[in-house]
Amino acid sequence: MCLGVPGRVIAVEGDVATVDFWGVRKTVRLDVVDEPVAPGDYVLNHVGFAIRRIPASDIQATLALYEELLAAEDERDPMAADVAGELRGGGGGRP
Amino acid sequence: MTTSAFVPLRDPRRARALAEALSRLTSRIGRDPVSVMHVCGSHEQAIARYGLRATFPRALDVIMGPGCPVCVTDLPEVDEAVALASSGVRIATYGDMLRVPGTASSLAEAQAEGATIDVVYSVSQAVELARTSSEPLVFFASGFETTAVATAAALLGEPPDNFSVLSAHKYIPPVMEIVAEMPGNRVEGFLAAGHAATITGWGVFEPFVVRHGIPVVVAGFEPLDILAGLVRLLELVLEGRAEVSNMYPRCVTHEGNRRAQDTLWRVFRPAGGNWRGIAHVPSGNLRLRDEFAHADARRRFSIDLTSLWGHAPSPLVAQCLCGEIMAGTASPAGCALFGRACTPDAPVGACMVSSEGTCHIWHQYGGRPFLGGDS
Amino acid sequence: MSDRILLKHGAGGRAMRALIEQTFVQGAPGELPPGSVGLDAMDDGAAVRLGDRWLVVTADSHVVSPLFFPGGDIGRLAVSGTVNDLAMMGATEVVGLTCAVIVEEGFSRDTLERVVQSMRAASREARASIVTGDTKVMGRGEIDGLVISTAGVALTDRVVRDAGLHPGDRIVVTGTIGDHGMAVMSLRHDLGLEGDLASDVAPIGQLVALVLGRHGDAVHAMKDPTRGGVASALHEMAGKSGVGVVLDEASLPVRDEVRAAAELVGIDPLYIANEGKAILGVRADAVDAVVATLREHPLGRRAAAIGTCVVERQGTLVLDTGFGRRLVAELEGEPLPRIC
Repeated sequence: MCLGVPGRVIAVEGDVATVDFWGVRKTVRLDVVDEPVAPGDYVLNHVGFAIRRIPASDIQATLALYEELLAAEDERDPMAADVAGELRGGGGGRP
Repeated sequence: MTTSAFVPLRDPRRARALAEALSRLTSRIGRDPVSVMHVCGSHEQAIARYGLRATFPRALDVIMGPGCPVCVTDLPEVDEAVALASSGVRIATYGDMLRVPGTASSLAEAQAEGATIDVVYSVSQAVELARTSSEPLVFFASGFETTAVATAAALLGEPPDNFSVLSAHKYIPPVMEIVAEMPGNRVEGFLAAGHAATITGWGVFEPFVVRHGIPVVVAGFEPLDILAGLVRLLELVLEGRAEVSNMYPRCVTHEGNRRAQDTLWRVFRPAGGNWRGIAHVPSGNLRLRDEFAHADARRRFSIDLTSLWGHAPSPLVAQCLCGEIMAGTASPAGCALFGRACTPDAPVGACMVSSEGTCHIWHQYGGRPFLGGDS
Repeated sequence: MSDRILLKHGAGGRAMRALIEQTFVQGAPGELPPGSVGLDAMDDGAAVRLGDRWLVVTADSHVVSPLFFPGGDIGRLAVSGTVNDLAMMGATEVVGLTCAVIVEEGFSRDTLERVVQSMRAASREARASIVTGDTKVMGRGEIDGLVISTAGVALTDRVVRDAGLHPGDRIVVTGTIGDHGMAVMSLRHDLGLEGDLASDVAPIGQLVALVLGRHGDAVHAMKDPTRGGVASALHEMAGKSGVGVVLDEASLPVRDEVRAAAELVGIDPLYIANEGKAILGVRADAVDAVVATLREHPLGRRAAAIGTCVVERQGTLVLDTGFGRRLVAELEGEPLPRIC
């Protein structure tokens, strides 16, 4: 349920933001998002409403969190160290 | 290319390390199968869409629970919408609801017989449609709390008088209780729906883990989010820790989105009701509060369902395993109807109904067949 | 089962094929010269053996709302659709096109003239001409605006079928996928999407002529992925040819805008319509040369090899996502925006 797609805010006017989704722009309502939204922020869009502001830095934080997870795994299993390295070194290319 | 920051979360090379961690954890737990459940159709969509099941270890059974609001929409709710549409009232609804079968017909079939039905992407569009005419317009609203928030915001935004809502919205936390208490269920941990939790906060699951002694992990929807969520869940299973872990902190906080919660509960109240294929779920339905009676289609129209009295349910319904499938005690492959008497084109049970029902997804994406290749 | 025709019966998927089979093909008398391709083949057109050549005939009806959309209009669509169906049979030497229009009372004359101008322009591009036509007017409300029905006739020395895939053949698409359907859908469902979404509608007879002229026998099968998209076209090709097809997701050419719009509305680009593209089944040793030739032409710049035919799982389509493999099922109805 709940198809949610993140996009980047281009402009904010009152309770409505113009959001860029990979080259497609769409207006998104800000009635229910709980933090002030500014251009440059990411928002999570669900049925035309922003339900969450996502600071851009949180994406990197997510990857760091997954690395930590594997690092904790490593401590239990030294064999896993090399795959954790693979995660860190994973290519950034678009699939 | 502005959302390219999310691209690493779809990188198959990065996923490999997580998939290997899943294998190690599964074998360390040592049971076959290790069963965990997610309660979100979008998780199943992403798992199927990206072919993630091919990366799961054989002994890990990831069950899709009752996480599809469209599937669990009860027959009488669809019947109400079809009856309104057939009586000449204009209906706007999400695309997901168009083909859901009711007792006698679906909205798509009602449309073929002359009813006016508009597919909208957002409740805002439905409000705009109402503004362009003086005729009544009913928004047939489906979805969990995430989607209900948008409906609530629209009702608080002073829609025109001819706009009303037929709510089939559902509230997910109560149904987890139902599933956890179902006899015969083997679920050792839950993967909770990240977007619903964006609204409710992960704190909503704390009483649940205490009561049932099984862990809950909140996870997002990119392939890496799902794999990482499962890795965390298996860690908790392995260590026997019944706690809530938030693996989707970029969207989910402990308290959730307070503003959205206020919006939701100002407009809706929880009510008991049947979830198709599951059971009666106390507080599982979201109905409009009395203050919004003027915008409640159930109170504004007398909806006449008498024409359905002659329709007996199909005898096949008795053989349908949807309830067992959503409880995790059966899989689509074990159902005699699956792919034969029950297909997306002619669904018998709830799980085949919507694009995110378990049976529908298995039918469309092939479940976990051996498809060759390295993976 | 419904006893009425629903929208899904025109959506390009299984329901449409079943309707055609049951209603139009079964029991139809067909007496064509030996070596011909008739109605029962359910290909893009018929090929009637005439001496040592084939006369290829195709028919097409066009309704689109709105009539004008970014990248094209109903007139360009009508000519392109017909010329492309002929080309998919290997027939790029067009003898002539016909054009029948049914117009609603009260329709703007100016708009009609714009549509006709657009048809002429597309015909010039396709090196084809409209040689005869018909006009009907119906009362207001009896028809929605404008319907164009076209037929095309062409000659060829070799017929290319949609059923000619062999195990080992590579699947080539002549450019980006999903452009037409996404551009029209974004207008139709009032999605409020802005950006460079534009239809790819174009006559591709010349592009096909270039490839067939240079690589002839290496092209084993062709089909245009219109309604129902690449997935539906490949299902049909694989089913008729008795092969399975494995697609490589990373190779699929999809414009960023289309990918994003499709993700927003929850629809897979593989199911979205194209109006200026072809799918080719190509002998494996010729695939690089075929792709290189396609890329020389302006309409084939983003041509790519996207998959391979296999012996296993005849009639099914499998997508390798990079994470793993999964089935791509047949389309069940018209693709609709979804929320979950």
